[in-house]
Amino acid sequence: MFQLILEQALNGLQFGLMLFLLAAGLTLVFGIMDCINLAHGSLYMVGAYFVAAATQAADSFWIGLAVGVAGAAILGLLLELALFRRLYQRDHLSQVLATFALILIANETVRAIWGPAALMLNPPEALAGPVEIGDFFYPAYRLLIIAFGIAIAGLLYLLVAKSRVGMWVRAGAANREMTEALGINVRGLFTAVFVFGAALCALAGGLLGPLLAVQVGMGESVLILAFVVIIIGGIGSIRGALVGSLIVGTVDTLGRALLPTLLRATLPADAASTLGPALASILIYLLMAGILFFKPQGLFPARA
Amino acid sequence: MAFYRPASWQKPLSLLLLCAALALPSALAAFGQEFYIGFATRVLIFALAASSLNLVLGFGGMVSLGHAAFLGAGAYAAAICQQAGINEALLAFPAAMGIAGLFALVVGAISLRTRGVYFIMITLAFAQMAYYLFISARSWGGDDGLPLNGRMTLAGFSLADDAALFYAAAGLLALAMLFFGRLAEARFGRTLQAIRENETRMEALGYPVFRYRLVAFALGGAVAGLAGALLANLTGLASPNLLQWTQSGTLLVMVIIGGVGYLYGGVVGAAVLLLLEESLVGVTEHWHIILGLLLLAVVLFAPKGVAALFGKRRG
Repeated sequence: MFQLILEQALNGLQFGLMLFLLAAGLTLVFGIMDCINLAHGSLYMVGAYFVAAATQAADSFWIGLAVGVAGAAILGLLLELALFRRLYQRDHLSQVLATFALILIANETVRAIWGPAALMLNPPEALAGPVEIGDFFYPAYRLLIIAFGIAIAGLLYLLVAKSRVGMWVRAGAANREMTEALGINVRGLFTAVFVFGAALCALAGGLLGPLLAVQVGMGESVLILAFVVIIIGGIGSIRGALVGSLIVGTVDTLGRALLPTLLRATLPADAASTLGPALASILIYLLMAGILFFKPQGLFPARA
Repeated sequence: MAFYRPASWQKPLSLLLLCAALALPSALAAFGQEFYIGFATRVLIFALAASSLNLVLGFGGMVSLGHAAFLGAGAYAAAICQQAGINEALLAFPAAMGIAGLFALVVGAISLRTRGVYFIMITLAFAQMAYYLFISARSWGGDDGLPLNGRMTLAGFSLADDAALFYAAAGLLALAMLFFGRLAEARFGRTLQAIRENETRMEALGYPVFRYRLVAFALGGAVAGLAGALLANLTGLASPNLLQWTQSGTLLVMVIIGGVGYLYGGVVGAAVLLLLEESLVGVTEHWHIILGLLLLAVVLFAPKGVAALFGKRRG
């Protein structure tokens, strides 16, 4: 039982860190530019496809990951210059419509190029097996993702909290007009943040690729989770995104693994088998509704 | 935005459209295109659903990204009614409206505490909860949905014939549009639109802002439930896919293309989107790309929607 909980807690941590990579870009685009980007999940999907295709071509996971992330960053740059620039000043409704259209285009383009079947992406061979810690086994690749996630979260923290660019970003999130008035090139900053967010998406997509199937529509489910994360954390706050990701990742993973067992111990088997999976999948939404009920601005509001 | 006022040509045009609708099934039958009666019914039903969202979004100013939950709730309520032996639409449809409206009342009571983006997201969260609940409810079919055993009867007349269901949908849509039109001009609608324009001011004037919004939200949910019950009759299935968030997104898209806050925005949007889909499917397998590009064009070049190209509103 203890081993199961430990394993699931590590899985939750790993999932939470990957969610953070997605949520970090989303919360900045949202917080600074006040732009709802439903197509953020599509960048994640396209990034995963780029990584998978580049890995197949180069026959090396690491080269594939680098090329795929670079490709997604370039795509992000083109999107920002061509479309998102025009959307920042518009109302939320227009942004929802435009990015919804992008989802349609992205899904169908990917289907046209790579076909409807899921792509297989193998982890690097050296990491394919499990790692043995005492009598506890855990897949090496998952450990690597955790290490990667912690490293990037730390890097992002330093970048946002300690660097000059990070200061501009935070200033932009707190008060855009004032930041502009102080002579910061907010337009350029927007582009940089958007491209950075796209690269993080592709990184998450590429890293998760070997664990999940790389397929059309993979972006939508994860997009909703990323939105839940940034709402819980407070829009525009990197710290909130980190805390929110870890909460959502752990609660979701542990809930799915343990709730059915717990319910079976307390309820009649019939009710437990119906209620268990349902409750497990709505747990994070309940959590979000509860947090919004008591803190309508999320846990760490950026505009305090 | 300005207050809604019907254009002078709106009434004659509505009557003309209604007459055209009445003649449509026989016209299609005459040309041997009965297949399209089902399609036309779909358009009417989605026009009803989009119009109910337009009440919430256009007149109430509440951007809800969870409206499909009420559509789905209505569809399931109808299917469950039939399972319980109620095959009469005069009983089942009001039940579906009641269930969906009650659901919307609860969702609204919690969601309306938040503002802006948070409201968008919390309505989405509730819709997702409903989606997962229906997916895992095995007694209601789970993933596969809950099938209907044939269509219901309306006041004793069977809806099994495609034309009969078409007339039922057309009649209900006409009633709903009449109701929404009167509502938009009535004191309730005026207050609602004033709240959309300046919430703080209405609050200061002593209007119970929260209650007005909540009533509008619940009303929108109830009408969406009616659309859901009709849809279940059309497709013969209450499917969890109806509650997917992309369905909520599609409804939003319909209202936005049609024109937010124009009485016929939802109707125009549903017709335009579904007709586009239907005609693009024949052109290419990858018609989603073309649809997406067209939507982008609407955002960039016709930001107020198609209805805005024709309608006028008092400034």
